[in-house]
Amino acid sequence: MRDLLNDIDRWKAQGKQVALARVVDIEGSGPRDPGAAMAVNEDGEVIGSVSGGCVEGAVVAEALGILHGDKQPKLVKFGYSDDEAFAVGLTCGGIIHLFIQPLTW
Amino acid sequence: MSLYQQFSERVRANLPVALASVIDGPNIGAMMMVSPDTETQGSLGNTELDRVVARDAQGELEAGRTSVRHYGPEGQTTPEDLVNTPTVRVFIEAFSPPPTMVIFGAVDFTAALARVAKVLGYHVLVCDAREVFATNRRFPMADEVLVTWPAPLFAERGSQLTQRDAVCILTHDPKFDVPAVIGALATKVGYIGVMGSRKTHAKRVERLREAGVTDLELARLMSPIGLDIGARTPEETAISICGEIIARRTGRGAPSLRDGEGPIHK
Repeated sequence: MRDLLNDIDRWKAQGKQVALARVVDIEGSGPRDPGAAMAVNEDGEVIGSVSGGCVEGAVVAEALGILHGDKQPKLVKFGYSDDEAFAVGLTCGGIIHLFIQPLTW
Repeated sequence: MSLYQQFSERVRANLPVALASVIDGPNIGAMMMVSPDTETQGSLGNTELDRVVARDAQGELEAGRTSVRHYGPEGQTTPEDLVNTPTVRVFIEAFSPPPTMVIFGAVDFTAALARVAKVLGYHVLVCDAREVFATNRRFPMADEVLVTWPAPLFAERGSQLTQRDAVCILTHDPKFDVPAVIGALATKVGYIGVMGSRKTHAKRVERLREAGVTDLELARLMSPIGLDIGARTPEETAISICGEIIARRTGRGAPSLRDGEGPIHK
């Protein structure tokens, strides 16, 4: 999250709503460790990353859904992309747990 | 000031801070900020839960670890107490100050190593006793350039260095190397690399032994420095040194992933 602070501050100064997505847990092989973070503003601008590019698109959609919807934090998980249970997933075979929340704290 | 503002100020100042977030259970989204030297800010919704999580967060901060922990709504942690209560899952994220790399010797290899170390997130300190060479102009990428000898530097900073920090000695000048190695050995740093050929190192070992350095201490030294990737230029050498630092930390032998088996992340 360290690398995101400047952009988040700029967005906040512009009065934009911001959602923060953080990797909180990894099962099996995962591209990024817990703590990897990305931030999305209400216009859909994105900084940071939470995987090797596999799930970022889906995270942006979730984040915008939160900002434009009920503003409630949410725990989401993405698994292996070959598994029918997941539309989007990691190609490396692991499961990634993300916490997505509006940055209102 | 919001919790986020207080948090970002501390992170920017390179002060240790942990963020605890309820990611599942009652009060999802509640946040708390814990630091060793200031009062806990924010709340997870229950004073007893706050107290227990703050205690755990201090421990995670010391270990530089980020993890998810499970509690009862009133901070219960023992399995018996967790039966029949909703579980509160708390993500504790530790933000430790960046690790330090101390590089002795103001040479071309130092500039390349300092650049690569910055990419890896190190706070880079360059030290040489020759003020003509140890200048900010020659090492603009370094966080600090100090004109001093190893002994006073370690006397001032040595006790603050930890397992996460590294010392790289690139001078290959005995009158500087020997005190640098002796100073580094007295710290807890996780990596001590010393530049020089096998021949140079053999001579250095003799001098170090004469100075009272034991075999056990000598075993901590990585010399010749770096991984065997055939590095020639300062930049390639910097990659080989940083590769070795990573491999020593993770306990890997550093062969190519293609030639091994098993998961690539452990």
